[in-house]
Amino acid sequence: MSEKTEQMTPELKAFIEEWKGKPGNLIMVLHKVQQTYGYIPREIAIEISSLLDVPLAKIYGVVTFYNFFKLQKAGKYIIQVCLGTACYLRGGDDLMKEFERQLGVGVNATTPDGLFSVEAVRCLGCCGLAPVVVVNGEVHGKLATKDVAGIIEKYRKLG
Amino acid sequence: MAYQSYVLVCGGTACCSSGGDKVVAEFKRILAEQKLDETVQVVTTGCLGFCEQGPIVKILPQGTFYVQVKPEDVKEIVAEHLVKGRVVQRLCYDPEQAKKLVAEANIPFYQKQYRIVLRNCGVIDPEKIEDYIARDGYKAIEKVLFEMTPEQVVEEILKSGLRGRGGAGFPTGMKWKFAMQQPKGQKYMVCNADEGDPGAYMDRSTLEGDPHSVLEAMTIAGYAIGASKGFIYIRAEYPLAIRRLEVAIEQAHDLGLLGKDILGSGFDFDIELRFGAGAFVCGEETALLQSIEGNRGMPRPRPPFPAVKGLWGRPTVINNVETLANIPVIINKGADWFNKIGTATTKGTKVFALTGKVNNSGLIEVPMGTTLREIIFDIGGGIRGGHQFKAAQTGGSTPRSTTSRSPRSARSWALAASS
Repeated sequence: MSEKTEQMTPELKAFIEEWKGKPGNLIMVLHKVQQTYGYIPREIAIEISSLLDVPLAKIYGVVTFYNFFKLQKAGKYIIQVCLGTACYLRGGDDLMKEFERQLGVGVNATTPDGLFSVEAVRCLGCCGLAPVVVVNGEVHGKLATKDVAGIIEKYRKLG
Repeated sequence: MAYQSYVLVCGGTACCSSGGDKVVAEFKRILAEQKLDETVQVVTTGCLGFCEQGPIVKILPQGTFYVQVKPEDVKEIVAEHLVKGRVVQRLCYDPEQAKKLVAEANIPFYQKQYRIVLRNCGVIDPEKIEDYIARDGYKAIEKVLFEMTPEQVVEEILKSGLRGRGGAGFPTGMKWKFAMQQPKGQKYMVCNADEGDPGAYMDRSTLEGDPHSVLEAMTIAGYAIGASKGFIYIRAEYPLAIRRLEVAIEQAHDLGLLGKDILGSGFDFDIELRFGAGAFVCGEETALLQSIEGNRGMPRPRPPFPAVKGLWGRPTVINNVETLANIPVIINKGADWFNKIGTATTKGTKVFALTGKVNNSGLIEVPMGTTLREIIFDIGGGIRGGHQFKAAQTGGSTPRSTTSRSPRSARSWALAASS
């Protein structure tokens, strides 16, 4: 991973100010951090530790407990393949294999150009559209393995 | 209502993903172009339930029901249906490729359903509080605040026989009673919207389609148990439901239905959202409370139960979304009305997300006591591809699978299904 140091943005700072006094704020603040950087950078976690007066060890504990929080930067486009029951039954697993094959990376890894990472996710709750793949919040439903190349191409073109 | 026709377009997650939002935009564009926007109103509703056939468009007052509508179909619907009053046959749902069914009431998928929890889903615009109010919304909170004591509210819910829809089936009134009986002081009301079981999206659809019903119910519960603060713990994976809740909370504030001195009654109640972060275990109530407090979501043994020692050690009631959505209706129509629906031991209805290899997947609500067979074959339209039924899995990962030899009803199914 790159050694780039992340800077705290004014927006994030304002958010922390707003939530500072509220009990149980840590997870909400971490959501904001992840939304800002795509992961939880160590240097930001250290700052939050002092701003919220929470030990860094506790932040690490919370970050590693919840699946949603990442310690490493993901690709620009995050391909989430649903492997919930309904999607699995309708071929979610095959989609996953096809994405891995075409991108040449395994699950939870990022392509060398930093463009794509592939994740397995559990039920997204739109089972009527199974099997479902979500790319940066955009839902692609009722997919077959032949659709995979088109999806990758679409985002590659966007750069 | 000054409009001659209403075009309801499903704005649930599944239909949006199938391009429902583009259909809405196209309707608005064409209606404005033809200057029909004064007589026809386009409404984005919550989930209409028939996700398999989305995007769904329903036209009132005729109740015509169009399925798999694409933006390029909109022009024809406007020209034929809205201008000339002729049904566009090719877009109607058609199970046997034979006779065309036009109204929703004629579709088998809807005939066996009974909607209490989903009463407003697909009917109102979930981002307009006026729509909710027009359907008796916030009438129950008014009745509770001005005509009932907290004890009477708890008594009514006890009498209704409502049991928790999160999975355990614990009598809701009992939970409220325990919390009410705790000494006065800070208490909390929590809504569990951490729906995580594979294939389950009942709660998400309720929140997306009718967020105010949950806010109203939480306020009623808050009044009954003596809590001034509520939290909705919702999965971060439900961005649309989160947005609709944020909009709803703001609107309720603006009208004095949340916040200080609600409707001038002297009762204060406020609701905040807290996001889950992808931990399945946080659907369990003690883990959920840990997570709201900003900790790792580790469950702890009970007792003490949350009704005695919950959030930050204070008495806390935790109810599931679907349970709460029943509350305003019970208050408005009375426990005796609710009591007549369902079976001898379990009252009311149950919402199911019907998914997998059935012909009609989607969101359904049936009276307790409905058999699995009715759900799969009558509502679900049988097995995809004309195959034979092998097994159904009810609820999440905990319950056993059911085969064609084991008749089970919606009650046992519901109790097995967890949130």
